[in-house]
Amino acid sequence: MTAVVSPPAMRSFSLGPKSARVVEALVIPIGALVASALLFSVFLIALGKSPATFFSLIWTGGFGSSFSIQNTLQRSAPLILTGLAFAIPARIGLTLIGAEGALVLGGFTAAAVAIPLVTGGIAPFLTLPIMALSAMLVGATWIGFAGWLRHYRGVNETISSLLLSYIAVAIMNFFVEGLLRDPASANKPSTMPIGDAYRVGSMPGTSVHWGLAAGLLLAVVLWILMTRTTFGFAARMTGGNVRAAKAQGLPVGFLVVACCAIAGACAGLAGFYEVAAVHGQANASLVAGYGFTGILVAFLARQNPLSVVPVAIMFGALAASGGLIQRRMGMPDATVLVLQGIIFVVLLVSETFYGRIPFLQAKTTGDRT
Amino acid sequence: MTGADLFIVMIAMVGGAIRVSTPFMFVALGECLTEKSGRINLGHEGNLVLGAMVAYAGSYTTGSPWLGVLMAGCAGLVLGAMHGWICKLPRVNDIAVGIAFMSFGTGLAFFFGKPYIQPSAPRLEAIPLGDWTGNSSVAQALQVNPLFFVGIALAVFLWWAFRNMRWGLILRMTGDSAASAKAMGVSVDLVRLLATAAGGFLAGVGGAFLSLFYPGSWNEGLSSGQGLMAVALVIFARWDPVRCVFAALLFGAAGAIGPSLQSIGISQGYYFFNAAPYILTLFIMIASARSKGAAREAPGELSIVK
Repeated sequence: MTAVVSPPAMRSFSLGPKSARVVEALVIPIGALVASALLFSVFLIALGKSPATFFSLIWTGGFGSSFSIQNTLQRSAPLILTGLAFAIPARIGLTLIGAEGALVLGGFTAAAVAIPLVTGGIAPFLTLPIMALSAMLVGATWIGFAGWLRHYRGVNETISSLLLSYIAVAIMNFFVEGLLRDPASANKPSTMPIGDAYRVGSMPGTSVHWGLAAGLLLAVVLWILMTRTTFGFAARMTGGNVRAAKAQGLPVGFLVVACCAIAGACAGLAGFYEVAAVHGQANASLVAGYGFTGILVAFLARQNPLSVVPVAIMFGALAASGGLIQRRMGMPDATVLVLQGIIFVVLLVSETFYGRIPFLQAKTTGDRT
Repeated sequence: MTGADLFIVMIAMVGGAIRVSTPFMFVALGECLTEKSGRINLGHEGNLVLGAMVAYAGSYTTGSPWLGVLMAGCAGLVLGAMHGWICKLPRVNDIAVGIAFMSFGTGLAFFFGKPYIQPSAPRLEAIPLGDWTGNSSVAQALQVNPLFFVGIALAVFLWWAFRNMRWGLILRMTGDSAASAKAMGVSVDLVRLLATAAGGFLAGVGGAFLSLFYPGSWNEGLSSGQGLMAVALVIFARWDPVRCVFAALLFGAAGAIGPSLQSIGISQGYYFFNAAPYILTLFIMIASARSKGAAREAPGELSIVK
């Protein structure tokens, strides 16, 4: 797939091919973004709307004031985590699209675990870590299962992970509308609110919750794990060629399940923050499409954990300005979906240009394309 | 549960299976056609949702539901053709493109579908096959839509054409070995482009059934994974159009469990039964993934079974 594995020997060989590859990995996605913006402008003009207004509203709504910047960062927190949830398995060659389900189930688990702890009066500094850990554990199990099915049963992971997503939403609905329904939630069935004392607060000096810090930290940790450790090297090698990895005696099954479990834990943690910092309870609001936007984030970041962060912030800005676009331009909230769809399709078309744009190629013959 | 209740549930399940299975059948046949040519289109969920929206809007604007069905098919055709064109570019992964079209099709449908959520469009008429029995629940279950029979006829035709018609043989050859197709002077990309576009058309028609017959209205929660389950269904049916029909009926029955039980007043666990088709699909995939028969009958060029 898109995960390009550059063997370490190549790196020390010469700087030319590597920097050419870095430039290429920057120029092509940015070119794809510009092309999508142009296509979307044509779409807007065809509808009689002004592209200039649209893009300036995105800027205002996403970065125009300190309030909108904080709103953007708040929305990018779950996108960083779900982007990582797609990127990590992608490095080992898997296309897992089940982060939405792991997020929903993780958030639901956090809310469900909180009920006895909150009513039992356990202190927040104990309750919150238990909620977070159980959310991560459930997410890791959920996506890890898809990885296990892939490796040990040969079940296509793309389809199974999406099916698991639908099952996760059904499980949450089953409990939220039944056993765990808070009687006070009349119109929108929800679990019992965890209460203000148990909410995850904001980072000092901002109104952005701690999920952003967790996302940034995980992005760095996972980048180190995937590029600077034996585990990461073995995983990327498996992604490059499963047979070669097996022949080398690498524990391919363990690597696959571990990468999926890491992905699930990221998505589950995103669910925890949605419950503990944003909604305060589990309900249908958890199914907000963060898992699916995360796929696009990871693709645009070329599965690099560090690049996931700026890309997630960009899509966070897009989400944050959705309301402004709705009010000022009278366009439906699905406008953002259309733009995301166009970016996604154009981005995949741009994959074809890697290694084919003459002036971006290294002069040395050591480059393999 | 008394005998009479059981009878009502059974009848409701049969009727439900016929109703629920039709979109599965169309998407599965479209996907079968695409996969036989050696390419996979995971984006049929997008075709289904866009088809549903276009059909409803078309029926509302023109007043003719069948024109709506045709327009839905054309919308699906365009998406399928785009998918086919993009996949022929080198270094582009067909599974990823499918995911992209899932979100692109859904986004377009939600964007243009907003004004059509409220108004009521003319629906497709059903053929009352059960009126002669004089039993109201039987009569209601056997309100069968003509598209159901179109789907079955199409399945039999495809089954026959894959074996006996020139294009059917070319399609299968392209799917089994692109190299031999090239050696025979067949344009592999063109065959796959046409197969993906035709498959997209069928998936769009499946979407029209959703909005114009059952459930019979347009809203954003109309399709929930049917387009994707149909892909799994094709693997289960081992790329045989006639087996796709039976598999679709099985999936339809699984989807009809919840509503059937509700018809006699059992609403507990409704959400659990809603998940039944997904769980069934997952189990079927686990059971059929490693089977020797599936491996033997799979098109050789398909990325998903490699």
